[in-house]
Amino acid sequence: MSPLLNIKALNAYYGQVQALHGLEFSLNEGTVTTLLGANGAGKTTTLRAICNMVRTSGAIEFDGAPLSNRSTENIVRLGIAHVPQGRGTFTTVTVEENLQLGAITRSKSGVASDIERMYAYFPVLKERRSQQAGTLSGGEQQMLAVARALMLRPRLMLLDEPSFGLAPLIVRDLFNILGKINREDKVTILVVEQNAQLALEIADHAYVIETGRIVMSGKAGEIADNEDVRKSYLGY
Amino acid sequence: MELLTNQILAGIATGAIYACMALAVVMIYQAIDHLNFAQGEMAMFSTFISWQLLQWGLPYWAAFLITLILSFVGGVLIERILFKPLAHAPVLTNVAGFIALFAIINSCAGLIWDFTIKEYPTPFGSAPFLGSQLISTHQAGMIGVTVLLLIALYAFFTYTRVGLAMRAAASVPESARLVGINTSWMIALGWGMAAAIGSIAGMLIAPVVFLEPNMMGGVLIYGFAAAVLGGLTSPFGAVIGGFLVGIIENLAGTYIPGVGNELKLPIALALIITVLVIKPAGLFGRPIVKRV
Amino acid sequence: MTAVQEIVTEAPAIEAVPKRAMTLGAGTSLIVLALLILFPLFVKNFIIFQMTMLLVYGLAVLALNILTGGSGQFSLGQSAFYAVGAYTSAILMEHAGVNYALTLPVAGFVCFLFGFLFGLPALRLSGIYLALATFALATAMPQLLKLGYFEYWTGGVQGLVVTKPDPPEIVQSVLKWSHLKMSQDMWLYYFTLVITIAIYIFSVNLLRSRSGRAFMAIRDNEIAASAMGVDVALYKTLAFGVSAAITGIAGGLGAIAVQFVAPDGYTITLAISLFLGMVVGGVGWLPGSIVGSAFIIFVPNIAEGISKGLSGAVFGVILFLVIFLVPHGARQVAMVAQHLLGRFKKR
Repeated sequence: MSPLLNIKALNAYYGQVQALHGLEFSLNEGTVTTLLGANGAGKTTTLRAICNMVRTSGAIEFDGAPLSNRSTENIVRLGIAHVPQGRGTFTTVTVEENLQLGAITRSKSGVASDIERMYAYFPVLKERRSQQAGTLSGGEQQMLAVARALMLRPRLMLLDEPSFGLAPLIVRDLFNILGKINREDKVTILVVEQNAQLALEIADHAYVIETGRIVMSGKAGEIADNEDVRKSYLGY
Repeated sequence: MELLTNQILAGIATGAIYACMALAVVMIYQAIDHLNFAQGEMAMFSTFISWQLLQWGLPYWAAFLITLILSFVGGVLIERILFKPLAHAPVLTNVAGFIALFAIINSCAGLIWDFTIKEYPTPFGSAPFLGSQLISTHQAGMIGVTVLLLIALYAFFTYTRVGLAMRAAASVPESARLVGINTSWMIALGWGMAAAIGSIAGMLIAPVVFLEPNMMGGVLIYGFAAAVLGGLTSPFGAVIGGFLVGIIENLAGTYIPGVGNELKLPIALALIITVLVIKPAGLFGRPIVKRV
Repeated sequence: MTAVQEIVTEAPAIEAVPKRAMTLGAGTSLIVLALLILFPLFVKNFIIFQMTMLLVYGLAVLALNILTGGSGQFSLGQSAFYAVGAYTSAILMEHAGVNYALTLPVAGFVCFLFGFLFGLPALRLSGIYLALATFALATAMPQLLKLGYFEYWTGGVQGLVVTKPDPPEIVQSVLKWSHLKMSQDMWLYYFTLVITIAIYIFSVNLLRSRSGRAFMAIRDNEIAASAMGVDVALYKTLAFGVSAAITGIAGGLGAIAVQFVAPDGYTITLAISLFLGMVVGGVGWLPGSIVGSAFIIFVPNIAEGISKGLSGAVFGVILFLVIFLVPHGARQVAMVAQHLLGRFKKR
């Protein structure tokens, strides 16, 4: 079975600075993969490169189709949802409108029931459905961002540091939900995390990235069990 | 006291002009985060087109509708051809572009239709409104159309998918792209709508100020001031702002000694800016929190 | 209605010019200087007069470059300062018999105060709001100048005629002795040139100094600058003051060169032209000021030459072409030239 996402020889640039050097990895459909690494290693850049938000060279294929010449919005329409760093909430519209926006490229059918499903996953969002999204707390906005991404009914979901700035209990809840979404809705997940321990718990596969290159790859369980790897690359 | 109320009412009547223009200004601001200095000229050009259609014998509302559509298309074309290439250029360069557009439109209008003043008809008649000497039926009609426009815009933004998408694209463009919205086309749409609204403003204003290429100069500035006063993010604020500016302009002219017609504009602007110093986001705008 | 605040992390609206690119290189500067000094010997008086105006508007654009490109404050009101400078010189010369050269420092000082005082309430405004405020100032000025109240001094709607100065005694003696001739226009040109060079050097040093760095810190990120201890209020008003002063001196020089001041010569059109000059020259790039000045003096004439009826449209089209090709103005052209020259030298 060919991978859902295939990245080959990916270079990414911010102006004159090269952030990714010949990055290569792939994701199989239905799996949860985590991309780990220190600050500035290139994790966020990788996600942005997939969505063509940064200048790249190299090949990225999604379900066999090349992504490099498409605009970000067209890549999203192929079924890739990206929950960016900082959540990217539409602060000036309501919670419910944020969810509607997640589904704005779909036809109207099924949107209302999907919104109810999101409320089932995240009851606190239902409480705040008519509130301006900017008034939500960090954790609530993170949940909203994930819910919004799910409204796309994506095949692939990219998450950039979803645990950032959240209380541990909320993070645990969030990751449980991510696991559930992967199993029940068959959504392939690529999650970038600094909190390696947490990410390795839900992931099937893990890559470690350092200064723009993949330095380690393996089953999540093996990497988590390997003390040397954990100490050298993951800091615990 | 009666003079005061009269002047206030008269101010509301003239303010309808500014309110309509301010709506177009807010519309474009929502789309592109700047003010388009050429907007008045675009409105003027649209009005000339409708005048020409009327000269060719079309009935008023047919000319109105056709002009509306042509203006929308024109706005989209201008954005796609002239300003999309400047999307990555510095803000000030874009401002220079607006000024260039102003010069081009003004000059072309002058050449095609020359600078003599022309009369422009109103569909509302100019009888005194409800017997009042202060507001004519046309002015009442203007206020009515402006309010209708406001309601229509509100409905568009709140209840339609496209309206929601536009709001999203203006709010957080990157996130908008990440839900699949083509933000570039949202900008074009914004321009088209602003041009259409501007054309309505022009066609309502022309009966009062008479049609000639320079008719929108003062109106545009007051429109900007009204939009800013009301808060650039609020169409409702723009309309209220328009009425307020009309009132301020009238009162300044009546009560401040030595203020002839020419000084009305700077004085009105000065008063508006004073308000802004106190309330920087305008009366109804969202307060803007700047983060480092 | 809405309690939500819009949280804005703004990219600077006005982009920075890297420090080393702030001026022309030494070689280029000398060539330009030589050209500026020598050419009047070869051309007619009218051309010399136009070149004087080129320098005068160049100074005004330079002032705007300091204000907008330097401290990031957007001003559409420079015509007001220009007018005040012009009228100060004219009034001193015609009503008080002051020597023309001495009126300039006075004009500069008066405008500095005026700019500084305007800068104070403007502190709370930025971007569009500041644009509106300066716009108000620019539209008010011609009307204020026409007010009957001031008519004795200003000459009202008709304005004042300014006497054209002769070269000073010393210079005249030298000329007689060496059998050379110098017209009033030529003298005025060299006089203006010296002042322009002095102000240019002053401005470059200002932008390179601590104050200049303070300006630019404010332009790039006002909040951060304030957090770093930059006295934002002081530097913003100072920037307005300095910019107004230079514009005022330009106005004075302009009045002397044109021999005439009148309210309708200082309308918002002038302010907009100066703004366009700044953009075409390259915002914040001081040497570009003269390119911008050339654009606003000569291109309208060219446009009228191409089509009298459509002169505005032709001007607009030319302006569009310029900003399409070089969105960053003349500075961009200079950078490309420098780049090519560098590659050529390497061979």
